[in-house]
Amino acid sequence: MEKKQLAAAAASLAQDSVVTEGLQFVEITVAPENLVNVVSALKFNRETSLDLLVSLTGMDWGTDLGTVYHLRSTEFNHMLVVKTKVSDRENPEIDSLCPVYKSAEFHEREVYDLLGIKFRGHPDLRRLFLDSTWGFPLRKDYKDDINILGK
Amino acid sequence: MEEAVKSVVPENEEYVINMGPQHPSTHGVLRLVVSLKGEIVQNVQPHIGYIHRGIEKMCESMTYPQIIHLTDRMDYLSAHINNEAVCLTVEKALGIEVSDRVKYIRTILSELTRIQSHQLFWATFGMDLGGLTCFFYGLRDREKVLDIFEETCGGRMIVSYNAPGGLMNDIHPNFQKRTKEFIKYFRKTIHEYDDLLTGNVIFQERTKGIGKVTREDAIDWGMTGPVGRASGFSCDVRKHNPYSAYDKVSFNEILYNEGDTFHRYKVRMDEMHESMNIIDQLIDNIPEGPWTEKMKPVIKLPEGEYFQSVETARGELGVYIVSDGNKYPYRVKFRSPNFVNLAPLNIMSKGSKIADLVAISGSLDLIIPDIDR
Repeated sequence: MEKKQLAAAAASLAQDSVVTEGLQFVEITVAPENLVNVVSALKFNRETSLDLLVSLTGMDWGTDLGTVYHLRSTEFNHMLVVKTKVSDRENPEIDSLCPVYKSAEFHEREVYDLLGIKFRGHPDLRRLFLDSTWGFPLRKDYKDDINILGK
Repeated sequence: MEEAVKSVVPENEEYVINMGPQHPSTHGVLRLVVSLKGEIVQNVQPHIGYIHRGIEKMCESMTYPQIIHLTDRMDYLSAHINNEAVCLTVEKALGIEVSDRVKYIRTILSELTRIQSHQLFWATFGMDLGGLTCFFYGLRDREKVLDIFEETCGGRMIVSYNAPGGLMNDIHPNFQKRTKEFIKYFRKTIHEYDDLLTGNVIFQERTKGIGKVTREDAIDWGMTGPVGRASGFSCDVRKHNPYSAYDKVSFNEILYNEGDTFHRYKVRMDEMHESMNIIDQLIDNIPEGPWTEKMKPVIKLPEGEYFQSVETARGELGVYIVSDGNKYPYRVKFRSPNFVNLAPLNIMSKGSKIADLVAISGSLDLIIPDIDR
C-alpha cells in the first residue's frame, strides 16, 4: 500500500490519535489508554494487516518516557510506527501488547529492565539482563559513576 | 526396591535443572532453567544477561564511525552484516548514495559472512548431536573464508570493514581470485556436509518432527531468518526490501513448510548454495569507482528517526537511530534476531525430551552476545 493510503487507513482506525507521514514511515502517536485498541485494530484490519511486531523500543524523550513500535505487514510489506508517551517518570505504566503480539513479551521485559516502564497485563514482568540493584540505565538522568566514557 | 525409587523421584512432581550458563551446547553463557517431569520438558525459562555490555547505552556517547566497531561484538559471526546495517542507516539519514563498487563489495562480503556463519552452524550443530567429525570439517572450510577476510579487511571475525559512506579501504588485489578459488573449492566439497550429516539416519531421527513451529506462531513470535523460513514465513529482507546490490542479483528465497528442527537445518544448507550463486553473479563484475564517498570528519545526522533492517545469517537485524542533530546519537536500538528467536524456545520444546532441547536450541543457532548486547 502507498504511504498516503496507509496513512488514511490508519487515521480511520485510530481516532483521537495524531497520524503523520514521517520521514520513512507513517507514524501514529497514541494515548497510552488507547494503545491496545489501536494496535489490535491495525493488526486485524484487512487493509493494514500489520501482523509482525518488528521492533519495540523504549524511549526517554527527556521529560516523557514512552515506547516506539515498528509494525510490518507480512502480506503487503508496508511498515508503520506507533508511538506512545507517559509523563509520569516515577511510576510509568503502559498497557502490555502481549495479548496482540506474543513477541512483545521479551521486548517489554527488556524495556522494563532498562527504562523502568511497567507494562500492565504482562504475564511475567521481571528484569531481564540486570539484577534488581541497578537503576534504569537507558534513562537520560541515569548517573553512572564507573563509566569513563561520557559526553 | 520400588519404594526406594519412589522416594528419589517423586511421582507427579516436576524437578528443575539448570542447563548452562557453562553448558557446551548453549555456545556461550545462556542459562536455561528447565522443569522436567521424568525426561519430558515441561517448561524452559531462559536467563540471560551474563554478557550484557549495554551497547545501546555506550552508543549514546560515541560517534557514528565508532559505533561500527561495537556492532561487530554483537553477532560476531555476522560482523560484516552488522556493520553494514549501521552504515546503511547513517547513509540513509545523510542522503548519501554509495558507489556501485561499494555495493558490490559489501554484498559479496555479506554472502561470504553468511557462508562462514552457516559452516560454523553446521559444525557445531553436528557436534551437539554427537557427530564430532562435523566440527573439524566445518572449521576446515571456514578457515578459507576467514583467510579471505584477513587479507582484505585485516580482521578475521571482527572485521569492521564498512564505514559510513563506503569501506575502510579498497579490496586486496587478490580478493577476486581467492574468492573464486574458494567458491570452486566449496562447490566440490559441500556434498561432504550432506554425506556426513544430512543423510545420517540417527541425525534425521533426532531432528525430524522435533520442535515444530507453525507459520502463524513464527509470525506471532517474530521469528525471522532461517528459523522463520523453515516454517514457511517468507521473511528474507534481501528479497522483500533489497539493499546494497541485492536488487541486481537473482536468487531464491529458501522456504519450507515443515517448521521442524531438520528443516531449520536444511534452510541453512540450501542458503549456502544460494550465497555462492550470488557471489558468482557479482565477483567478476565489480565496477570501477571510489571505495568511499567523501565524508566530513565529524558526521552529524540531521534531526529525525531512521530505521533500516538487513538480513544477517540469523534473521532480521533492525537498526533504529534517533538523532537530535549532534555527533552522538540520541538513542540507538538494535533489534537483534537472536533475542527475538530465543523467546519461543519454551513453546517449541514443551513436551519433548530433554535431549531434544539440545537439538532445538542448536537449530536456533543462538549467538549469546547478540541476545545480551
